[in-house]
Order: sequence, then structure tokens, then C-alpha cells
Amino acid sequence: MNNQTAYITGHCVIRQQRVYCNGQLLWQDESAASLQEFLRNGYDRFAGQYPKFHKMDNLCKLGWLAAEVLLQAAPAVDHLPEQVALVLSNRSASLDTDVRYYQSVKDIPSPALFVYTLPNIVIGEICIRHGFKGEHAFFVNNRFDAAQVFACAALLLGSGAATACICGWLEVMDQQYEAVLYMVERKDVEGALPFTADNLQKIFES
Amino acid sequence: MSGNVWIAGGGVICGIGTDLQACLEAFAQMQPGMQDMQYLRSIHRGVLPVAEVKADNAALAARAGMPEHISRTALLSKIAAEEAWASSGLGARAQYRVGFVSANTVGGMDKTEEFFASYLQHPPSGGRLQQVVHHECGSVTELVADAMGIRHHVTTISTACSSGANALMYGARLIRNNIADVVIAGGTDALTRFTLNGFNTLMILDQAACRPFDDTRTGLNLGEGAGYVVLVSDAIAATLPQAPWCRLSGYANANDAYHQTASSPEGTGNYLAMKGALEMSGLQPEDIAYINLHGTGTQNNDDSEARAIQRLFAPHYPPMSSTKSFTGHTLGASGGIEAVFAALAVQQGIIYPNAHFTTPMKECPLVPATTFSSGNRIPHVMSNSFGFSGSCSCLVFSETV
Amino acid sequence: MEKLMADLKAQIVAQLNLQEVKPEDIGDDQPLFKEGLGLDSIDALELIVLLQQHYHIRIANPEQGPEIFYSVRSMAEFITAHQKQ
Repeated sequence: MNNQTAYITGHCVIRQQRVYCNGQLLWQDESAASLQEFLRNGYDRFAGQYPKFHKMDNLCKLGWLAAEVLLQAAPAVDHLPEQVALVLSNRSASLDTDVRYYQSVKDIPSPALFVYTLPNIVIGEICIRHGFKGEHAFFVNNRFDAAQVFACAALLLGSGAATACICGWLEVMDQQYEAVLYMVERKDVEGALPFTADNLQKIFES
Repeated sequence: MSGNVWIAGGGVICGIGTDLQACLEAFAQMQPGMQDMQYLRSIHRGVLPVAEVKADNAALAARAGMPEHISRTALLSKIAAEEAWASSGLGARAQYRVGFVSANTVGGMDKTEEFFASYLQHPPSGGRLQQVVHHECGSVTELVADAMGIRHHVTTISTACSSGANALMYGARLIRNNIADVVIAGGTDALTRFTLNGFNTLMILDQAACRPFDDTRTGLNLGEGAGYVVLVSDAIAATLPQAPWCRLSGYANANDAYHQTASSPEGTGNYLAMKGALEMSGLQPEDIAYINLHGTGTQNNDDSEARAIQRLFAPHYPPMSSTKSFTGHTLGASGGIEAVFAALAVQQGIIYPNAHFTTPMKECPLVPATTFSSGNRIPHVMSNSFGFSGSCSCLVFSETV
Repeated sequence: MEKLMADLKAQIVAQLNLQEVKPEDIGDDQPLFKEGLGLDSIDALELIVLLQQHYHIRIANPEQGPEIFYSVRSMAEFITAHQKQ
């Protein structure tokens, strides 16, 4: 694929109780004392009207919220549901919830927690929310691998398997968290960055 | 993106055999692998049947040439990956750019469970931390890649029960994009108390042998194991000492976008995956000569899968069966194990049996094959792997001509 | 029965993380699933856990679920009948 035919048409970064979209600080939560609280406040600030949110584990909440912010700025409405792909990655898989589930086993194991003991459930939650039916993958790597995310998304876009790809990094372990999601599309958007591993990395480090 | 992707070989270890040949014999003799637990320690022993690999960790470690203290997930992986490699006749790995794409969902959970038992007895110093070093999924892949001297491209995919199939898709793309010459692709998962208890809380474990696609089905049996194929490029295929088994002619993955764990009633994601894989292979539904079903034996999966098959194939259905009625559901490994079975079905004209089938489902009366046969003409085989999060994958294998 | 139903509503809201629903908003006869409160199959499993945790009633066959968990009233009736046994 000619890399110049795809562009990063939006990105959302959530870390340290701050939500950025396309490099702009949208919101900073001064009050939350925990990740759980921060995510709830973020839900109230950016979304609401989605009671299923409260049932999710923190990884899904974080991914869901980042996708919400990303798609408000870069909606995927021009793409067929079957043509929107997701390529996500993180370090700790679903370990954060695995641990919580194990704690529930001592009493009565919770089916609602067990459901979230897979990292890719967050992909399902985003797809359910937005109706995306395209190809998807979840990689578990020690650190954000811009080259791998780029290669994987470029393949999907280049082979015609997708016309848009939401990709990036979604990590949650206890109170440590970080979300960096990109919207990559095969269309010209004024001012959009060319889709390259370098540009993914630059945004990640910004 | 260009060129074909060939299956040069495959290896399996699972509840019905510790190598591929043993698995074939179990199919031929109609011997499913579900039994009372022998190796996993759980309060469900004697109640929930499972399809364990019939060997303890010491025996597996000896065969894998790895230390006994590492995760069973890694031991199973190494054994099946080595079998796959040996069957390909490719010789020394150093001559090629070799990739290892391995799927799993439990990682080193078995060892973590051992650690916690000791830790909780004497916190905070009880237990040996060495046991949790390889807890995470990627670590299991790295252990095996290191032991096999594979460095060129190593990665782990974790997308629930479609993981193994997605590993083949990813591996095929590495080859078609000239990133690797040869890729060992598939998956591995050991049985753990974590998964057993988890599926038990979802109330989808059958206390008898599972009955996929049967009206009386009440759930799945868990299994364990590993399965890998060796994918090679056109150039490498031409150098093989024997003809490759078949081609990986189509693959697709789609999201059902319905529920975290349940399939949509009409099997939208299942349908999209099968349709996508067929389109990529340039085939029509009537070209498919055998379908290896996802067929877990749960009410929900089999109903949705059958409806999706009906939508795509009606009124002419190829023979189909769920090999999970023999191996149990091996989760992250299942896509890899079933890919090996499916690829071999093309090469040897095999139709695998579906054990314990008596009564067609009322809602969607598809009748699976119930006897083993080989030497059939099977030009194209479809293998389905559908998983939690709505992750639906389908692979199509085609004859070499 | 009224007390039991009120208890159940509070327990359902807590067990299922229904953060935007107040217990008193749930009608005694309102269907809990689908068009009613919008619960799904995983919620049904959590309700089984709830019965076990708070009322020491074990349900082994999930197929009983739709009948027992149709509404708060049907749950209360099931619990009452069970406790008389």
C-alpha cells in the first residue's frame, strides 16, 4: 500500500486524569481519587445514556471512553460497519480483572467479572456501541509497538479488508492506565497526518 | 500482498492424542478424550468431565526438552510446534526467516495458581515468585520461541476462542507481505482452575460428554492442548521435499457486535466471517466439501452457527462436524488444532465424525457427519472459530492443484 | 412480600451495577430482561449468584432462569416458596 493514501484523522490520549483529543486538552479531572471514579466522571462528561458502561471492567471503560471521544471528533459514519477494523494492544492483557475475579472466587465466583477476563472484550464493547463489524485483533506486547500497529493496520487498509481502522494502546493495571487511540482512514482530510509508524510514535509520546 | 500461502505441515497435542497420528486414530476409533480430571486439581473433579492431555508435566517437559517448572501452556506449545516443524521437512530453521505466531488465553495461569496456594498459606513471603514470572500470555510465546531459536518475528494473539485462527491469518499476511518465509502459526492453552471455574460460573459446562449440534446439548467440555501449522511462501513451497498439504486460500474475521459473550441469534458475525473467507478464496458455497464447525455444544453457539450456515449454504449442505466433541473446547488452542485437522482433511480426504450426535436441533436441523472416513475427495475445507467479544474467524483450505 | 420485593430491588441494583437506576424505579411486575430493565444473559447469571448469596438458594439449571427472573414479583414468589419447603 502507498502509505500516503491513509491518514491519521484523529487521535485520543487519556493519561494522568487528562483527556486529549487531536493534541488538545479537552478535560482534566481534578477530583477523582481513583481510576474507577475518573472513568465514571469521564463517562458523565463525554457520554452518558449508556448504562452498560457501569458493568464493564476498567479496561473496557477506558477503551470505551477513548473511542467515544475519538469518534466524536472523527466519526466513522462514512464507512460501512464491515469496513471498520480495530487493532489494539497492551501490556497487561486483562490481568487487572483476572485478579479481581480471583478475589470473587473465594466467595461466589462472579460471572459478570469472568466475562471481562479476556483483553479483547474491549473490542467487543466498542463494536457493540458503534455497530462496527470489521476485522479486529488484540496484541499483548511489553510496550507500545508503533511498527507492529502500523503494519497490521496498513495491511487491513491496503488489502481492502477495511476502509477505517481504530488502532492503538489500551493499558490498565490497578491504578496505572494509559489509552492512546488513533483513527486511520483511507481518505484525504485537510490537515491530517500521513499514516506512518513515526507519526503514531510521535503522537504516543506527545 | 501477493502469492499463495501453503500449509507445509502441522502438529497437534490434545485430549485425544499426544501427536497428530494418535489423534487420527482416536477419530477413526470414535474415542473422545473427555474423562474425569486426572492432572488438574479442582473441586469439580468427578463432576465436570474435561479433555486433558494424558501426560503429567514431567513427561511433557521431557518431550519438550524444557524445564518441568514452566507453564504447561508452554510445554504443550513447544511439543506441537516441534511436531509441526518436523512434519514440514524444512530442515534447519536458521536457513529461513521464521515467524512464530502463537495464540493463547491463559498464559502461565497454571503456575500462578500453584503460587497463590502457597502464598496464601504464608503471606507475604510464601510461594516462589519464579512461578509467576511467565504469567502473561506473551511470555509463554517467548519461552517457546527462545527454546526453538526463533527470533525473526514472534508475537502473541489473544482474542478468546478465535485466537488460534487469527494466528494463521496474521501468519499468512506475514508471508504474503514478504516479512517472513515460514511461519509456525496456531495456539496453545492448558487447563486451569481459572478457566474451569469461569466457564462453570457461566453455566455452560456440560456434566456429561458435550453434544455439539444436538438438540439435547447443554454445554461444552473444556479441553487443553496445542496445534500449529507451518505456513510457507510459494518460493519455499517449491523447495519442500514433499508436496505441501494444501493452501490457505481464504480467511476472514468479523465482529458480531452483539454481546460480550453471547452470539447474536442470527449469527451475523459468523456469517460475515464465512462469507468473507469464501470471497477471498474465490469459491462458491457449493465448492466447500467439509466444514469443521466451531460447534462448542452450548445452546447459543450452535444455534447461531447453524443459522449462519443455513443462510450461506441452504439448500445444499456439505458434510460438517465439530471435532470439539472429541477434543473438548481448547479455547486459544482450538483454532490452531482445528486448522491442522482441516488442512489434513484436504490432503487426506478426511471427514471427521461428530461424537454423541443423536437428535437434530429443532430450530435448525443440520445433521453432522457421525463416522470417520478418509480418501474422500475434499478439495476445499472451511474451519470456523468464533469467540467471546464477538470475534468470528473463518479459514478456508484448498487442494494444491 | 412487599418488604422482600423492596430488598430485592436494592440487591439487584447493587449486584448488577445499575448505577443509573434507583431501586424504587423498578416496578414489581416490570419485566427485568429485554424491553423491561434491559438485562442480559450475564445479568441472569449474576441473579443466580444473588439468590445464592442472600437467600442460600442454588439454581443448578440455568433454563429455570427466565421463569424465576421474569420480574421482581416472580423472584420474590420463588424465594418465598423455596423458603417454605
